[in-house]
Amino acid sequence: MLKNRIIPCLDVKNGRVVKGINFVDLKDAGDPVEQAKIYSDGGADEICFLDITASNENRDIIYDVVKKTSKKCFVPLTVGGGVRSVEDINKLLNCGADKVSINTTAVENSKVVSDSSKKFGSQCIVVAIDAKKNNDKWEVFTHGGRNNSGIDALDYAKQMEDNGAGELLVTSMDRDGTQAGYDIDLIAKISSSVNIPIIASGGVGNLDHLVDGIKLGKASAVLAASIFHYGKYSVKEAKDYLDSKGIPVRI
Amino acid sequence: MKITIVDYNSGNISSVINSFKEVAQDKVNIEVTSDLNKIKSSDKVVLPGQGSFKSCVDALNKINGLSDTLNEFAIINKKPLFGICVGLQMFADIGYEETETKGLGWISGKVSKIDNQNGKFKLPHIGWNQINIVKESKIFKDIKNNSHMYFVHSYEFIPGDKNVISATTDYSSNIVCSVEKENIFGTQFHPEKSDKLGLKILENFIKI
Repeated sequence: MLKNRIIPCLDVKNGRVVKGINFVDLKDAGDPVEQAKIYSDGGADEICFLDITASNENRDIIYDVVKKTSKKCFVPLTVGGGVRSVEDINKLLNCGADKVSINTTAVENSKVVSDSSKKFGSQCIVVAIDAKKNNDKWEVFTHGGRNNSGIDALDYAKQMEDNGAGELLVTSMDRDGTQAGYDIDLIAKISSSVNIPIIASGGVGNLDHLVDGIKLGKASAVLAASIFHYGKYSVKEAKDYLDSKGIPVRI
Repeated sequence: MKITIVDYNSGNISSVINSFKEVAQDKVNIEVTSDLNKIKSSDKVVLPGQGSFKSCVDALNKINGLSDTLNEFAIINKKPLFGICVGLQMFADIGYEETETKGLGWISGKVSKIDNQNGKFKLPHIGWNQINIVKESKIFKDIKNNSHMYFVHSYEFIPGDKNVISATTDYSSNIVCSVEKENIFGTQFHPEKSDKLGLKILENFIKI
């Protein structure tokens, strides 16, 4: 039976983890390579890096981070943030990323999604959708949530599936950072309108939120950042909890 | 010992390289190349493959003499070869992804799209699934039945002769996920991304 996945996400800025876990025996809490290794040893089903480096001159640091991580972690690694072109995707894959997530560029130039999925296979192309509720619909935001594209998130999700995305990473802008739980309505609506797997993201504050994302939101995978970073829960605890609620997980 | 990972522009193979290097340490020489002479002089060959069946077969055929060299290595000289994902699928006679495409024809059978039962099951089949080991295979030494492995695919290999099947996995239907035919091995899942158990499979292959 296929298991639901738990994916810890690390925000990486200038090659350093922002908001990292403070493990006692960790030599360098800001080192993404060490943090990723801890997660994969702890049973994470995949690891996600979100590069939030603002300045262009420090962009190349992420390649080095990915290279080092892929030599130590033998679970799938997804890398996103600042991906602008097919060449950027090629570079990340060559450094050892298994999947690349595309956000703003997918909205501005969907050809990057179709071209890259044709070139590298849709299995490595994840389209990240940042959505915010506006009355009875959700709109897609770009540039780290700063710009409203006005595009309907459900239509967009279907369009990205047609363009060759292998998975959709759906983040609720309303919930992100609130620890109030996923926007289940959004996740469930997108999940039922496409035939590709959905990764739920944005707003996890406790383990019941992960359960809801899968049971109610019908997500194939659940992504969380802060509950793991701050050591509130370990990946193992999260999996045991999901298991106790009858959700199939890899233990 | 020398193991060659065939680099024929079949998509992203860095994870395959990293995992073999991790397992091999300094005891085994891992080459990544499409050089025909280097392949011929190898003890073992790994055939990775990502993307579509057609794109992988096309990429393989673009390199002059490569498919003949692999055929000589695996079929005539019967040296151990390991196909991963589309690398395994290419063992088939024919594949139906994008368009009908001829495979290597090493293990009779076809590669077709997984039946998602009218959208009831999501495709690609992505994530960790358990393998049912149905026959003893050298690559499954010390691997327990029902172990989890990492999958990413929308197409499945359906061999004509069921005796080659060494493991299956349950999704929308029972999917063949590992084959062994004499010296030829293949997994639909990605051992290079399946954590410690996956690395164990690679180690088993190295030790054959």
